[in-house]
Amino acid sequence: MATTTPTTTVRADVSAAGTRSISTFRLGRGLKTLWPPLAVLAAIILGWYVLSLVVLAERNFLLPPPHEIFTEALFNPGTAADIFLALWRTALVAVTGLAIAIVLGIVWAVAMSQARWVERSLFPYAVILQCIPILALVPLIGFWFGFNFEARTIVCVLIALFPMVSNTLFGLQSVEKSQRELFQLQGASRWTVLTKLQLPAALPAIFAGMRISAGLAVVGAIVGDFFFRRGTPGIGSLLSDYTSRIQSAELFAAIIVACLFGVAVFVLFGWIGRRAVGRWYESNRG
Amino acid sequence: MTATSIDTQLLRFSDVAMTFPNGTTALEGVDLTVDRGEFVTVVGPSGCGKSTLLRIASGLESATEGGVELDTDRIGYVFQDATLLPWRSVQANVELLAELHKVPKAQRTEAAKAAIDLVGLTGFEKNLPRELSGGMRMRTSLARSLTLDPELFLFDEPFGALDEITRERLQDELLRIFVEKRFAGLFITHSVSEAVYISTKVVVMSGRPGHIVDTFDIPFPMPRDPEVRFTAEFAELTGKISHALREGHR
Repeated sequence: MATTTPTTTVRADVSAAGTRSISTFRLGRGLKTLWPPLAVLAAIILGWYVLSLVVLAERNFLLPPPHEIFTEALFNPGTAADIFLALWRTALVAVTGLAIAIVLGIVWAVAMSQARWVERSLFPYAVILQCIPILALVPLIGFWFGFNFEARTIVCVLIALFPMVSNTLFGLQSVEKSQRELFQLQGASRWTVLTKLQLPAALPAIFAGMRISAGLAVVGAIVGDFFFRRGTPGIGSLLSDYTSRIQSAELFAAIIVACLFGVAVFVLFGWIGRRAVGRWYESNRG
Repeated sequence: MTATSIDTQLLRFSDVAMTFPNGTTALEGVDLTVDRGEFVTVVGPSGCGKSTLLRIASGLESATEGGVELDTDRIGYVFQDATLLPWRSVQANVELLAELHKVPKAQRTEAAKAAIDLVGLTGFEKNLPRELSGGMRMRTSLARSLTLDPELFLFDEPFGALDEITRERLQDELLRIFVEKRFAGLFITHSVSEAVYISTKVVVMSGRPGHIVDTFDIPFPMPRDPEVRFTAEFAELTGKISHALREGHR
């Protein structure tokens, strides 16, 4: 219930309004949602041991037992330093690419939301961007921009851009007709409608887009590492080095670190989104 | 209807027709006046162009034929749904219109406070729309329009989605505010008893293309006694209007 005593004029219709606290049962629910994936993890690790020690046996350089990833790689100061330094460089590319994709994507979508003809002219290119196999462009990007940080960032942007464009556009257009008319009746300018109505209404969709784009930006940065290996190596080039040297424990350590980084980025952006709009926006995913 | 003096007329439709680009005719030959101090309710079957009437009066749409004279620029418009902005608190939602008109912050805070008080939502200023019931959302929407201190108040079936009890309560609230603020009202509904209870004049519209088939003056005094609903006179008027409605729909 609301905290303040209502005036006498508000009667029966007050009781229907319950302000349920969202944070209650957080902990209990957290444990409940955590244990099924943990059980799956335990099963995977068990299967991994069986595969590595029993099935592959001497050939287990293809799949080292899980503990070796720690003993041989992650707890080995030299190797761990290599991996985290490479991850840092890749993260830098991913974050730069993501930032550019977010800004470009929102600007692109806002432009399209302003007029039907702009949308008709520009949306096909957003779709094409999504459809071109990025690997087909990679040699061209290298040819134009060199094989360094810039080229990797560009790959990142190309991969991460589409979800930002489409989600933002969807959000901007989700405004109800009557809400738009409410503004129209007051003679609100285009800019006012955009800043006070469309953009706030689009925020949940924008944050959903950011979450997808953030994941893709990490993929883009690692792909970029593979192809543009000049300059300081990222986690992608480290992965291919380890593969060619058959350093399987190190390889798996690098893979796991890269995976965890992807998950962390996804979780981070989910959290930012909930912080920003969770108070008023109820996502149907709970 | 022709006897009304020009000074008191706030809104006048003369021979208004509305044909949409797709060829459907929503309104035809509509003559209607709303005087100051009057509360006019339009009843009609769904899809008869009642809402189009409001959209024309507010300027959201323009009539394809006929004349519309409007003697004020202070118009309140209450939509079918509350159209609150879900990210804004009750207070911020009520302030919205004044904000769009660039009213200084202190002034609009005060106007919002008064309006919130008038609709009986004091104590809920900080709540978000999702935390309110349907009736409270509609009150917020009402308060939002009240901040503009409208001379003409347009209502597009505002209570249609509410349950019976809430609906009756809001009708009483609306009457109370009407008596206090003395705006002129143009109210759309398809409930005949609602129309009779809240209005000084009820206009019956036919099915599409909508035109006015009859007008009834409601003799009950304002402020209106809720008990009037249970009088024989009320039942008789409701019966007459329902008949006219059925005739017009045929």
